[in-house]
Amino acid sequence: MLSVIGAVVGRDLRLALRRQADIAAAVFFFIIVVSLFPLGVGPEPDQLRRLAPGVLWVAALLATMLSLPRLFADDHRDGTLEQLALAPHPLGLIVIGKVVAHWLVAGLPLVLLAPVLGIQFDLAHDALVVLTLSLLIGTPALSGIGAIGAALTLGLRGGGVLLSLLVLPLYIPVLIFGAGAVDATVSGLGPQAHLSLLGALTLGGVFFAPWPTAAALRVALE
Amino acid sequence: MSKQSINWYKYASPQTFYPLAGKMIPWFWLLAAIFGIAGLTTGFLLAPMDEQQGEGYRIIFLHVPASWMSMFIYLVMAFWAALGLAFNTRLSGMMASALAPTGALFAFLSLWTGALWGKPMWGTWWVWDARLTSELILLFLYIGFIALQAAIDDPRRADKAGAILALVGVVNIPIIYFSVKWWNTLHQGASVSLTRAPSMAAMMLWGMLLCALACWMYSIAVALMRVRTIMLERERHTEWVRALLGDTE
Repeated sequence: MLSVIGAVVGRDLRLALRRQADIAAAVFFFIIVVSLFPLGVGPEPDQLRRLAPGVLWVAALLATMLSLPRLFADDHRDGTLEQLALAPHPLGLIVIGKVVAHWLVAGLPLVLLAPVLGIQFDLAHDALVVLTLSLLIGTPALSGIGAIGAALTLGLRGGGVLLSLLVLPLYIPVLIFGAGAVDATVSGLGPQAHLSLLGALTLGGVFFAPWPTAAALRVALE
Repeated sequence: MSKQSINWYKYASPQTFYPLAGKMIPWFWLLAAIFGIAGLTTGFLLAPMDEQQGEGYRIIFLHVPASWMSMFIYLVMAFWAALGLAFNTRLSGMMASALAPTGALFAFLSLWTGALWGKPMWGTWWVWDARLTSELILLFLYIGFIALQAAIDDPRRADKAGAILALVGVVNIPIIYFSVKWWNTLHQGASVSLTRAPSMAAMMLWGMLLCALACWMYSIAVALMRVRTIMLERERHTEWVRALLGDTE
């Protein structure tokens, strides 16, 4: 079982590394969106500090969205997806592998960049730690839930816009608890409750999402 | 052998359901009109003025039923979607797509009437409170469902993809609701509950329940009309639709 997941992760990572421009585009999108906010609302540190958790989290949602359509599209186009669906292993396992690879390529860079961008927003040390931690815990859920939307919109006209329409409402709990953890740290309440709920969402999302994703892939492949 | 059981499968086929729906529609319209007139009369003429809120509270006779319907229709839609996925029946998917626009309409109405009520009562059109926000998200879910179905040309695939989305949405609704609730709660407590005596005058409650029934009947009538149109559109190449439309081609 683990060898199947490992094989899919390894393959997807190798494919992604051959096309580094795609990863870089999503990462720079994240940086640019975050940097636009101080230009839009003004550079007062107090205001920026209050905006930071929400801005960084919303930018993370959007950056994840940006890379989601490619989760299955390339494999669908060249027929690999059909071969994977025909493989003797459950399609859900293969989906888990692809989700893990997507997180490593699209989620992890955001986690690593977040503290640097947080400094732009004048966040204190403990808030930076919690921000990074909340992104680390929460972004796998974004990849997992997003996979459902990516599978549903596979091969459709205007798939990208449609994908955001389907997936963004489902991201709301992750956004609330992710940004809430940082807010709670800043206001002195402590982030434990938010981080625990975020962890629950991630576990639930990554555990359950492969089923509807596999079902949607089978519908798309019919 | 006591009695013969009803053959439920008979009406699972569009060919037999089409005339049945046609026969039911006028009755549901009639019931909607009766309940609507009774509910609005009770609500606007018989129910007393609210002590704190004045006449403005009367918008709840539309607002509350619309909110109930918007939530309930999503559940019904998910039920049909699940049925369609499990038994692979054509009609289930058609019912789900026929219900979605009505559900979206009620979600929108609920937000709109809520804003109209909120301005005089709270002094603001909109607050980011748990119930308003989750109703807004429910509207987004409806719109996502409709947009997904509209983007897929093959109706069978549209039905299945929509069904998966509706089921994912229904699992998510409680999670979204509670996350939004913990995020912020400003709203007054629920004024109707099953466990304790309602905190409103009996006449108001009657008006609201009658209006809810009217909305219910209206939803059924409209969904049946829409499902009939969908049936004709999708089955236009079959014998029975041609015979029905007198197409002698």
